[in-house]
Amino acid sequence: MSSTALARQSERETPAITSEPSTAPEQPASTILPFRGSFPGGVLAARWFRLNKERLRAALIGAISMVAFLIVWHLLTKYRVVFFVRFTNVPSPLAVYASFARAIHDPRFLMHVVLSCRRIIFGFSLAALVAVPLGLVMGRFKLIHEMVFPVSEILRPIPAIAWVPMAIMLWPTNEQSIVFITFLGSFFPILVNTLHGMSLVDPVLVRAAQSLGAREASIFREVYFPASLPHIFTGLTVGMGVAWVSLIAAEMISGQYGIGYFTWEAYSLVQYADIALGMIAIGVLGLVSSLLIRLVGKLAMPWGRT
Amino acid sequence: MSLIEAKATQGHVEVKNFALSYETIDGAVAAVTDTQIQVKPGEFVSIVGPSGCGKSTLLNAVAGFLKPTAGTVTVDGEEVKRPSAERGMVFQQYSLFPWKTVRENVEFGLKMRGMERSRRERAARTLLGLAGLEAFEKHYPDRLSGGMKQRVGIVRALATGPKVLLLDEPFGALDAQTRVIMQQILTNMWQRLKISVLFVTHDIDEAIFLSDRVYCMTAAPWTEAAKRFMEAMTARPGSIKAEIPIALERPRQQSMMMSSEFLGLKRGLMSLIREESLKAMGGEITDLGMQGLNIDLHGQSLADVL
Repeated sequence: MSSTALARQSERETPAITSEPSTAPEQPASTILPFRGSFPGGVLAARWFRLNKERLRAALIGAISMVAFLIVWHLLTKYRVVFFVRFTNVPSPLAVYASFARAIHDPRFLMHVVLSCRRIIFGFSLAALVAVPLGLVMGRFKLIHEMVFPVSEILRPIPAIAWVPMAIMLWPTNEQSIVFITFLGSFFPILVNTLHGMSLVDPVLVRAAQSLGAREASIFREVYFPASLPHIFTGLTVGMGVAWVSLIAAEMISGQYGIGYFTWEAYSLVQYADIALGMIAIGVLGLVSSLLIRLVGKLAMPWGRT
Repeated sequence: MSLIEAKATQGHVEVKNFALSYETIDGAVAAVTDTQIQVKPGEFVSIVGPSGCGKSTLLNAVAGFLKPTAGTVTVDGEEVKRPSAERGMVFQQYSLFPWKTVRENVEFGLKMRGMERSRRERAARTLLGLAGLEAFEKHYPDRLSGGMKQRVGIVRALATGPKVLLLDEPFGALDAQTRVIMQQILTNMWQRLKISVLFVTHDIDEAIFLSDRVYCMTAAPWTEAAKRFMEAMTARPGSIKAEIPIALERPRQQSMMMSSEFLGLKRGLMSLIREESLKAMGGEITDLGMQGLNIDLHGQSLADVL
């Protein structure tokens, strides 16, 4: 009501104040030089090169070190080096590549990968869906914190692998117990980081919201949740890593399918190249999933510094 | 128009027999005692005093963040019980929501009131235009300078059309040049909107330049009882020591700060605060401390002496 009053007033007498701030020496540097006008292609390319020099350098060095790793691996296996560690039975990179070329046409290998991914998606999503709201509520309401925290502190140090026997007893199917173990692995990192994020919310922002007329529910939605998001995403990234660790362990112990089972089976069947293939597949899947989370984080928090 | 004129009859802040103390292990520690202030509708009033004198505590009680231990705080005869959009607040720390753009920050109070999106967007744009910030409506606070952040903070507090604007050392973190410009912007907005302002600062120049009336607040001198508990007592209760009307004509110009009238007021206030501060620091600056201040180094550097 009164804001429309303000609006009407401004239409009448804006010039007086709008001219003042323009003399203020406080324009952010980034807006002083808008990137307009057309540059000749060469200049643009040169400028792009100058701005991205550091990144190009990092990519180049990364590529070189990867190639060096492969060469060292190749040499160690080619000459079957025995120096404390024995490379006698370790597959060479070329052998692993050959087994990879075979595996991507093999529906059974693909099924192992797909099944592992499905378990991760179920276990991790469930963990996120439970741990994030629980962390938010624990951070806001003392009573819930006081009730849940002691229990979670006792359960938290138990590694997910130690849950394997209990999980098998608890759940009717093998599949469910593996998903349960994946869930447990990612649950605590997400919960702890969400709680940490809640504890760091700037009280001035809460007071600012209160003095603008916000009530409890709005403060929760508009202040506490977005303020904790950076830590929630740290928790999700860490949780995703632990989810893979727990999943692979569970698959190796009790699984029938999945990439962890594939790797363990390869050892039993003396298919050494497949062991390395399984390991690399796990590494790549873990990398891709954490990149995905980082991407979602960037989309969800457009305000952060890039 | 009628709404704006009507406003000048609103926003009568009265603080009567006010006292506020905190509970500690050694008993209650008084932060503010025996304080009466008032802000008449449309008046610009400052509270000036050294840091730790309790002026922010008093302001926070008017905002509704703290409850008085004794006495009453009323706005237009209604007792202040909790923070509300009726009393807009600007904090010393930048308190913009980092996850909201400049315009979304300004819209916040209107959103809390349940105003529909298109209307509040329009209102926010108009207000930002009033402060010369229209070009930055889509920026995140992260990219603004300190002065601009505080300008947005003031606009945000004004957006809901409050009866009173409370400012807690809003320009304390700004450089001297920006501060002068911000003071002019604030007086300009105050004159157009005709709302009551309660402004807390430790800067005497600022208080005189902006206000119709200045309250001088200092911590109480050390009593014998207080001295005995010196270790436990870090704060002494503050109270209003003087009330000085500022009869300088409006609109005020920068050049007035050199006028004899202004300098006279400044000299008076400075000596008042100095006198009270010295009295109050009686427990801190002991005779030995005073002797230390009088040691003559005979032109040697400190390193030579040591």
